[in-house]
Amino acid sequence: MPFALLRYGLSSDPVKTPDFPPPSSLKSSYDVVIVGGGGHGVAAAYYLAKRHGVTNVAVLEKGYLGGGNTARNTAVIRSNYLTPESVKFYIASVNLFRDLSNEFDFNIMYSERGQLTLAHSDATVRAFRQRCEVNRHLGGRTEMLDRQQIKELVPLLNLDTGHAPVLAGLWHIDGATARHDAVAWGYARGAVARGAEFHPLTEALDFVVEKNRVTAVKTNRGTVKCGAVVQAVAGSSSILMSKLGIRAPIHTYPLQAMVTQPVKPFLTPMVSSSALHCYVQQTGRGEVLIGGGSDPYPLYNARSTLDLKEGLLAHAVEMFPFLANAKLMRQWAGITDMTPDYSPIMGRSPIDNYYLDAGWGTYGFKATPICGKSMAELVASGGQIPEIIAPFSLERFSRFRQINEMGATAASH
Amino acid sequence: MKLMPCPLNGLRNITEFTYGGEVSVMPNPDAATDAEWADYVFNKTNPAGVVREWWLHNASGYWFIAERDAVTDCVLKTFDPGELFTARAEFPVAAEGQQKEKTV
Repeated sequence: MPFALLRYGLSSDPVKTPDFPPPSSLKSSYDVVIVGGGGHGVAAAYYLAKRHGVTNVAVLEKGYLGGGNTARNTAVIRSNYLTPESVKFYIASVNLFRDLSNEFDFNIMYSERGQLTLAHSDATVRAFRQRCEVNRHLGGRTEMLDRQQIKELVPLLNLDTGHAPVLAGLWHIDGATARHDAVAWGYARGAVARGAEFHPLTEALDFVVEKNRVTAVKTNRGTVKCGAVVQAVAGSSSILMSKLGIRAPIHTYPLQAMVTQPVKPFLTPMVSSSALHCYVQQTGRGEVLIGGGSDPYPLYNARSTLDLKEGLLAHAVEMFPFLANAKLMRQWAGITDMTPDYSPIMGRSPIDNYYLDAGWGTYGFKATPICGKSMAELVASGGQIPEIIAPFSLERFSRFRQINEMGATAASH
Repeated sequence: MKLMPCPLNGLRNITEFTYGGEVSVMPNPDAATDAEWADYVFNKTNPAGVVREWWLHNASGYWFIAERDAVTDCVLKTFDPGELFTARAEFPVAAEGQQKEKTV
């Protein structure tokens, strides 16, 4: 690999062939059709081919590879959730992420910086102690920090923020970031190399259902027969499910984020505060990335609003006062499918061969590898639910067995 | 700043309001099965189109109903809930000892 890179650097010719040119036409039939060509969709295709030998697979993408929420998230990888079910799941994800660059032979720029979450009240300190113990018990690396330790870790952080000074911090050493586009690219390239097909500009419009099974998917490029269907369309989950008459506890909200102009490196960990509804991290390019809570009401529109930006920036400046002089360079929004318990929906649906990967809210990127791996296992076994995703079924709501992760989001939504 | 036409207070900044969820019909809590009750409590229509929803004007404590396009973010219509709910919803209380066994 290094020599290939050196040769490429010294050659005067640009790349002649793309990594994985899309096939010109759809086949009439596939064993598995995956709707949605973001990180989750291509990861499922990758693991289906690699671990289960299922290669007659089509990934249908309305736009282009990883152009939805895969491109819009803030690329945080962590496992410091509250419930053992979630912590187990996200620790498995972190472990897969660590090895992805080697597995792909493609640099996903995995960077383990740690995540520091700030507590401004006694109640939050108590919740942090619980999250810390649960995480350590299940094999994660998390510690509680006092004010002095926080000061040493992040010297530029203002610990006396307005009405609510920082009391303690939850220091999650496993917290990391990675290049989100590279993750999608690596999975897609690996899936296509093993025989799966990636079809951009192909929208799933409707389904043909016979005897409670989806037998074909209608697309804007014709109808394809299918053995099974996986939906992985974050931001449009309800729309697709409603075509099959599946009702879901999903509410769709925009989530806004922004970056400043690049500055000198000053911040290694990712710092978040749910009391200030704000998280701040510095990207590898030096930009300061600022994210916060969701919009106050549901919407299918990635527009930006000034009032949310103003509120978010006021809090970012409270945390890092020198940011008041920084200029904003870009801002954007993603569309998130929130569930009432802030946990995702994975597993079977009321339709026999239709599998759900939905309701990811604001934490889909960090679950990309483990979700893809688990969904592949589920589909390849014909519906045997892997233990690690069993608690996240759609039926948990009608059984009143929710998995409450409301307090474990980086900024409250 | 986005404005919301409140039926009671006129055009006000949308930051003065709280979103209160989709308008849906509550099943009889005593007669509903667990599945029906869970569907009412958790499931949403969540359409990419016009949706009828509850809003609260915080300062005056006034609840009303808005019809809003969830794609364009345009409020099409707002009105007093009295236009929709003309009578008080009464659910007969089951007599003591006769509470129906609920099944899933």
